[in-house]
Amino acid sequence: MDVLYFAWVRERIGLPRERVETEAQTVRALVEELRAREDRYEMAFSDLSALRVAVDQRLTDFDASIAGAREVAFFPPMTGG
Amino acid sequence: MEVWVQEATFDVGQELNAFAKTAEGSGAVVSFTGITRDIAGGLRHMEIEHYPGMTERALGDIRLEAITRFDLTGARIIHRYGRLAPNEVIMMVLTAAPHRADAFKGAEFLMDYLKSRAPFWKREVTADGAEWVAAKDEDEDALKRW
Repeated sequence: MDVLYFAWVRERIGLPRERVETEAQTVRALVEELRAREDRYEMAFSDLSALRVAVDQRLTDFDASIAGAREVAFFPPMTGG
Repeated sequence: MEVWVQEATFDVGQELNAFAKTAEGSGAVVSFTGITRDIAGGLRHMEIEHYPGMTERALGDIRLEAITRFDLTGARIIHRYGRLAPNEVIMMVLTAAPHRADAFKGAEFLMDYLKSRAPFWKREVTADGAEWVAAKDEDEDALKRW
């Protein structure tokens, strides 16, 4: 699936999107896999309360299923308007 | 299309006139315009990042929800992204309804939701560097009244 990062999450990880092959079934399990990769992921995901997640472009929570998802995006709370 | 996500600036008066024409017979048209402001002083410019695809979808959903809840006869959202100087127009919402109370409420609902549910992120660039704007608790709390 494609994993996308926005705002300071993108800056900490150092890229806007990447292709990730995973067996993870939930957002939380995917986050754990990513955190185990490298320090920059650990830095970006250290406080999940500061993050929001969208699965296939819909806002959801960290316990949501990602089975069959095409796109998972991580970002800080939104500041539109 | 009634949801516009664009880099280019736009003319607030033109948009209001065009929308009012489509809302003929509605009785009430309300518009809100957001402007970049220099809160702390020293703002050089603002950068707005967004999530192409999800932005249009989220705004479209919020718009439909507003129309249903407040019996709006029309609603339009224009939101810019990219680099904006101080005092530039960032965004605009327009609502039309038979009566003004619904048009006002619809516009407020749209604003409250797009502030914390549409995937935009603001970054302020000053002489001291660039900083992401933190989301405010009161913006999240504002959703509870709906």
